[in-house]
Amino acid sequence: MTMDKSMNVLIVDDYKTMLRIIRNLLKQIDFNNVEEATDGAEALGKLRAGSFGLVISDWNMQPMTGLQLLQEVRADARLKATPFIMITAESKAENVIAARQAGVSNYIVKPFNAETLRDKIEKVLGHA
Amino acid sequence: MPDTPLPDEAVLRARLDRIRIRHPAPAPEAVAEVVRAVLATMQGDLTATETALLGEVAELGRTIAAAKAEIAALRVDDINASHIPSATDELDAIVAHTAAATELILETCETLDRVAGTLAAEGQGALSAQLQDATTRIYEACGFQDITGQRITKVVTTLKTIEAKVAHIIAAFGERQPGGEPLPEAPPVEELLHGPQLPTNAMDQTDIDKLLASFD
Repeated sequence: MTMDKSMNVLIVDDYKTMLRIIRNLLKQIDFNNVEEATDGAEALGKLRAGSFGLVISDWNMQPMTGLQLLQEVRADARLKATPFIMITAESKAENVIAARQAGVSNYIVKPFNAETLRDKIEKVLGHA
Repeated sequence: MPDTPLPDEAVLRARLDRIRIRHPAPAPEAVAEVVRAVLATMQGDLTATETALLGEVAELGRTIAAAKAEIAALRVDDINASHIPSATDELDAIVAHTAAATELILETCETLDRVAGTLAAEGQGALSAQLQDATTRIYEACGFQDITGQRITKVVTTLKTIEAKVAHIIAAFGERQPGGEPLPEAPPVEELLHGPQLPTNAMDQTDIDKLLASFD
């Protein structure tokens, strides 16, 4: 299936280096409209102010974690259908279960590769 | 029948209470000295069991005094004053240096990506793809900075916990410093924020995919 790669993608991570890596990997698969946020609160502000077709977020951030961001997104009538991929070093089953219960679209564990990122985006947008 | 303190026992208790007010935390070696002095004056008045028991108490006092001396000789306060701050500074420096190096690598990769774009525009698609494949691998590898950063943060948290525990040991067994700083609290551990797991404890992407699929 064809994906709309012109959509706005919001990437959220408190490590600027990781934002840069994800942005570059997205660019390599032709997602060029990428915005960044460094924590959940900033991301929520951008999501409420703009229009995004996909959120890719880290978990471990302060003051609002990626899980809290996901919960806020799913509780917001306008945002609740936005595909949401968690990319995180949190690899315990309890984390995956909590994210799933909160409505995560897919879950990528760090360190990840470009193929995994592309695969999960295709799966998520295919079901969006 | 309820225990009723004898008059002379009540007097003794009152005297002990007054002593406790004057000396709320007597040094263990002082207690041992008092026990030895009491034992010396009571030779012949005590049973063998009582004498052995009091001997044990005196020995306990000497052991505590020796432990205090050993802890003082270890200079455990140096751990909090110097070693742990120094170790955390070194770890912070590692994070800063690796972040700077990673940024430089990424900047260079972005230049290579632009070159790949130019090559593709000039009809050299195979070379462009080869170059971009190489930069993709570098981007993936640069993720190490995030993972090592989180691991180092976990180590720093552990060091701070050790620092707090050492402070407790110093307070319990070391020399008492009247009016000293309050003990630092161990950093709180947020629920579900475990950070990167060691490979032996971690679920990999395949395990996570299976777990997620089990909900469908």
